[in-house]
Amino acid sequence: MSTACAPAPATPHAKFARVTEILDRHDRDPARLVPILQEVQEAYRYLPQEVMAFVATALDLPPSKVFGVATFYAHFALEPKGKYVIKLCDGTACHVRDSIPILDALRAKLGLSEAKKTTDDQMFTIETVSCLGACGLAPVMLVNEDVHGQMNPSTAVALVDGIKAKEAQP
Amino acid sequence: MSTAATARYEIDSAAADYDAALSRTTRRVVICAGTGCLSAGALKVRDAFRHHIETAGLPIIVELRAEDHHKGIHVGTSGCQGFCQQGPLVTILPDNILYCKVTVEDVPEIVISTLVGGNPVERLQYQAADGGRCRGQAEIPFYAQQQRIVLQQCGVIDPESIDAYCHTGGYRQARRAWRELGDKELCDLVTASGLRGRGGGGFPTGRKWEACRIQQGERKFIICNADEGDPGAFMNRSVMEGNPHSVIEGMMIAAKAIGATEGWVYLRAEYPLAVKRVRRAVADAERAGLLGPDVFGTGRSFTIQVMEGAGAFVCGEETALIASIEGHRGMPRPKPPFPAQKGLWGLPTTINNVETLAMVPLILGMGVEAFRSRGTKGSPGTKTFALTGHVVNTGLIEVPFGATLRQIVFDIGGGVLMDGKVCGEEAFKAVQIGGPSGGCLTKEHLDLPLDYDSLRGVGAMVGSGGMVVMNTKTCMIDVARFFMTFTKAESCGKCVPCREGTRQMLAMLDQIVEGKADESVMARLAEVGQTVQIASLCGLGKTAPSPVLSTLRLFKDEYLAHVVDKRCPARKCKALTPPTIDAHLCRGCMACLKVCPVGAIHGEKKQPHVIDAEKCIKCGACITTCKLKAVA
Amino acid sequence: MTTNTATKTLTIDGRPVDIAQDRNLLEAIRRSGVDLPTFCYHSELSVYGACRLCVVDIEGRGIQASCSIVPEPGMVVKTATPQLRKLRKTTLELLLANHEGHCTTCDKDAHCRLQDLARRLGVDRVRFQRTAAPKPADRTSPSVHREPGKCVLCGDCVRMCSEVQGVGALDFAFRGSDTTVQPAFGRGMGEADCINCGQCSRVCPTGALVPASDVEAAWEAFGDPRRTVVVQVAPAVRVALGELLDLPAGADAMGVLCAALRRLGADAVYDTSFTADLTVVEEANEFAHRLKNGGVMPMFTSCCPAWVSYAEKFTPDLLPHLSSCKSPQQMFGALARKLLPEQLKCEAKDLTVISLMPCTAKKYEATRPEFETGGLRDVDLVLTTQEIARLIAGSGLDLSMLTPEPPDLPFGMKTGAGVLFGNSGGVTEAVLRYAAAVLGDGKLRRHEFTEVRGPDGTRIAEVDVGGLKLTVAAVSGLANARRLIEEVKAGQRKVDLIEVMACPGGCVGGAGQPVDHTGCARCDRTAGIVAADRAEIMRNSVENMAVKALYDEHLEKPGSHTAHDLLHTEYRPRRRLGDLDLLLTQGEQGTGRLLVMACLGTSCHLHGSQPLVHELVAAVEARGLQQRVDVRATFCLERCGEGPNVKVGERVVAGATVAKVMAAIDEVLAG
Repeated sequence: MSTACAPAPATPHAKFARVTEILDRHDRDPARLVPILQEVQEAYRYLPQEVMAFVATALDLPPSKVFGVATFYAHFALEPKGKYVIKLCDGTACHVRDSIPILDALRAKLGLSEAKKTTDDQMFTIETVSCLGACGLAPVMLVNEDVHGQMNPSTAVALVDGIKAKEAQP
Repeated sequence: MSTAATARYEIDSAAADYDAALSRTTRRVVICAGTGCLSAGALKVRDAFRHHIETAGLPIIVELRAEDHHKGIHVGTSGCQGFCQQGPLVTILPDNILYCKVTVEDVPEIVISTLVGGNPVERLQYQAADGGRCRGQAEIPFYAQQQRIVLQQCGVIDPESIDAYCHTGGYRQARRAWRELGDKELCDLVTASGLRGRGGGGFPTGRKWEACRIQQGERKFIICNADEGDPGAFMNRSVMEGNPHSVIEGMMIAAKAIGATEGWVYLRAEYPLAVKRVRRAVADAERAGLLGPDVFGTGRSFTIQVMEGAGAFVCGEETALIASIEGHRGMPRPKPPFPAQKGLWGLPTTINNVETLAMVPLILGMGVEAFRSRGTKGSPGTKTFALTGHVVNTGLIEVPFGATLRQIVFDIGGGVLMDGKVCGEEAFKAVQIGGPSGGCLTKEHLDLPLDYDSLRGVGAMVGSGGMVVMNTKTCMIDVARFFMTFTKAESCGKCVPCREGTRQMLAMLDQIVEGKADESVMARLAEVGQTVQIASLCGLGKTAPSPVLSTLRLFKDEYLAHVVDKRCPARKCKALTPPTIDAHLCRGCMACLKVCPVGAIHGEKKQPHVIDAEKCIKCGACITTCKLKAVA
Repeated sequence: MTTNTATKTLTIDGRPVDIAQDRNLLEAIRRSGVDLPTFCYHSELSVYGACRLCVVDIEGRGIQASCSIVPEPGMVVKTATPQLRKLRKTTLELLLANHEGHCTTCDKDAHCRLQDLARRLGVDRVRFQRTAAPKPADRTSPSVHREPGKCVLCGDCVRMCSEVQGVGALDFAFRGSDTTVQPAFGRGMGEADCINCGQCSRVCPTGALVPASDVEAAWEAFGDPRRTVVVQVAPAVRVALGELLDLPAGADAMGVLCAALRRLGADAVYDTSFTADLTVVEEANEFAHRLKNGGVMPMFTSCCPAWVSYAEKFTPDLLPHLSSCKSPQQMFGALARKLLPEQLKCEAKDLTVISLMPCTAKKYEATRPEFETGGLRDVDLVLTTQEIARLIAGSGLDLSMLTPEPPDLPFGMKTGAGVLFGNSGGVTEAVLRYAAAVLGDGKLRRHEFTEVRGPDGTRIAEVDVGGLKLTVAAVSGLANARRLIEEVKAGQRKVDLIEVMACPGGCVGGAGQPVDHTGCARCDRTAGIVAADRAEIMRNSVENMAVKALYDEHLEKPGSHTAHDLLHTEYRPRRRLGDLDLLLTQGEQGTGRLLVMACLGTSCHLHGSQPLVHELVAAVEARGLQQRVDVRATFCLERCGEGPNVKVGERVVAGATVAKVMAAIDEVLAG
């Protein structure tokens, strides 16, 4: 995405300004709804209702339609995600090479579950993805943009411990 | 890009300049920068090479540019070379030495031994099954047994250089198509080649083009379907990462053939590197004037836009993909009308898979006869497969249609992997081919020549090319349940058979693995499976039951073991697997032995106990009783 | 095989069938006499292809859903092979596994397509388990109740709401087996941008969307001896009620209905056609006044509450074009409150006014706060045709044993013109009849203006009324209305009077009418209204003596001050979704902060609210006011047309500029 490298805006107004900039760049074309929502999500890290309502107004679309699209695609989040989004691949290759025990270990480590995906301190989110296309390295997990291959439960937990230690530093 | 500033990009002079630049390299260090190698630290290895070459006082070329004149060692990156588990991969040219699993620490030694001394570092070379070291790709069975056509340049050329692509003969066929060949001629040529869609269905590409070509309309579209969603498949990712311009050239040829004015690449967002490379390639091709208002001086326009998917497997289906580009929920609609008649924005549209499009310039280059000389009569050419699972060599492979499973699993794949050991046929249980739309092949199919028609004949399909090898310790009901979990989660929810059928099939499989089903469940599974197969709206729905129906047919005994004997032969299904006692933890206190209601536990006091799996009824009493957690 | 070029045929179940103008194979099959089951096929809507029940076996093409196949000559089609039967049955059984079916207590019982098909296809057991969690019912809307657990996801409601009504209050959300149909953000129907037309419930094949029921409240009112209960009956009710009570289709059931209502406990029964006649007089007068005095033109009718709601929410700039006349229901309510306590000799507070309507939006209209007299609702209770049929059935009354009775006077007196209100185009025709009589030489001119009748959703006609050439339009379906509005706005079309009815075909097609899965009943009802008009001796509102008497005794003349007070109303822009706003400034959160709400709604956006908001935040921050002031973006301050609007505390700054808003902020902060 062309704005992918732009740092996430910090203040509420800066985020909102980013949304209007995104809308303008896409000519407020309702057909661009998916990329618009993708970019808006980068600014907010999720899709707040009010922002979806604003996008709907700006694109002259029914809010139900925007909500329908936002809930159809797996990438859109209706709740804030953690600072570190861990995507564990559960594609076929990873599955037959035991990705689920890694998931179980990570969830146990962070006190998360199928229903609870983000830690209370908004630090970690754990998701599964159907395939990262790095099957040769199965099992694979993604921490934000970084790919980590040939994982097992203990290396995965160690990775999380490493992040925690780094975050604990002042 | 060397000619960015000049008015018009010339393919031939760009290629010549690139050639001149290449000829000044004394050696080339090519580091694989596919997703796999990158995650293993390929860029750090590249930087280490640059650093150590400079430290060693050797002349270095960072960028291949025509205007430079000095000689030196070029350090560059390539796309995915397919052998991901051995990454980061480093190739030294022209010596043709391949190093595997190279770390930053290995780099000084390579620089001294190979770049300065011209000698290979043996310990970093691939070790063959007999223990011998392999020098380059040609000696490694994984590569030697393949026929890499569409993948030939992947892992060789710099995917971020349009000049490098032109140097391999790139964009010549697009130029020929636009300048010299008629639209019908192109469709006929592709029809004559027998090229079939590489994305799954295997529909003849030429006929698909022709259907769109004959439609009236000023505005038509060619869409590259790069929404590779099958779990366990990454062929398209590798092509886009390794040779993105080949996809663009394919789209340009298709555009000429069908009369398209605009192109779209609908690309899976889970592939950030592929997204980056394709965007870069499109931008470079635009800047070069290859894409734009005046393609090859014909006065006709063709442009390409890239759109990222947002996480929906169903968008790999043509009409759902179109809905997604148009800003809707990606739900398929009934066909007819077909996209060739009413596609994007209701206008004539052709949708081709990445690999299909990348194959097109190659077919034009080699000619129909050469293409048809590979593969089988009904399925000419080669096909890429993602070879994964319990196999020694995992990675991306390309073989001609008609190759057998035995060749793929044992010759290229190096055999079955079980408990970390290389095993032979005795450990082979099945190959799942075609992903969530496909089925299983077993030992009896090991010598079946694989092509579109033979696979369909045995209830499987080529699909996009995921090939997952499974050893005898794999539970096939667990595999079926894995795919059903996937299709249920990815069903768009529109049509009743797929939405309700996948949900019920999963519920039935859940019951089976939990030991709560009786024999009647198998008939119900088959009945619902057939309903979903026949009555679903789209192709993905129609094939969603395949993994279940295929395992029901091929592994009936395993299902019966689960539902009648309440036993999982592979010991994967927890509820159906008798507990075992860890001899290291057991102190022989006899507590579990006493509590077992059927007397299935034996052992002397203070000696580790053993559970008799045949007698055990899996009540779990021993597990809760054991204070040492030795029973599990 | 040779095909005769003159008559092209295809073969359906071994019999030749001529290819006619069928849009798809399904229609050809149905025309040939085989009623293939469907949920998602609706002739008014686009083909969706999701229920897969209309599968057929086509020679050479295998099993296909007939709704999406174009009939071709020579096609050989089988509709009833054992395999097809099994496919349909299994598909239905799969649906039933997760259907929260409580047939006996369901509003759709006996009219449910799912129930009907399960019976027809012989589904006698469900071998699959329920896997879905129970889904809570949504009773937030006064018009439509939603029970998602009963939904089969055919999408008829979604397509109706967007394709026919152009509203899009409902859409699919989530996917796969989690898919639901719901308003935006999981809100209730009463909290969404719904306009209460209820057409979603009209096309819903199951009990997932049904008109809200007030039957219990009606029983209570009828059964309360202290209350004086009066009932008004809308024109469209009488021609549809028979469908539920075994009377001939389209037959005028007003007589037996009057008798039945009195047996139920009604103290008086009146006819909404009376206030329809009154509406004709007031509206024609308003129209003439606008025409003569250069008022806002073209004029739109305002009888349809769903249309009024649509205009308020979606085209607020059009509100000055709407006739200020109350709808006939609310004119009746206002008159009833003013005159009936004296006439019927009861306390005002003991009078209960009940409406029988074909419509769900009337339920909402009756709850609008402006329609109150002395703290009492002008209309207490609105019952749909479906509900009154339920009341009658519940009472055990046998209509065939009742003698038809006339309604009570004076509000039971009507003309054929008043009855015409039940059909789309009826209001226009009634007004034209009136105008022809009043404007011309005083003689009653032609009765029928057939050019505004017909099945099309938009009908535009030029008419000569007493020498005056007028262009009138009758539109039904709000998407049609929206298209016409755009054309008029763009100057592509000049129209003087536009009648808008939300429901296709007008009130006869209202969502409160009997369930009709065949789609044929509406034509019978339309014909029934036309017949009822023709059966009247008086067919022009000018002839209604009771209306004349009303003016003489109470209202002076059309458009008088009293008439205005009683019979006219006002409209205002309304936000589509409430309580959504977005904090734009960053300060310590706490109480006692001044709230500044900047509108970013469609209208304000067009007036440049967006740059204003950015500048405003910058100005607040530049002044260091973010510790005392919260700037929030909101979506409608219901003052569209005066934008950009910014609300500072309780005050709305219209036509806002940064300077104006900052001045207002300073003023409030200074106390």
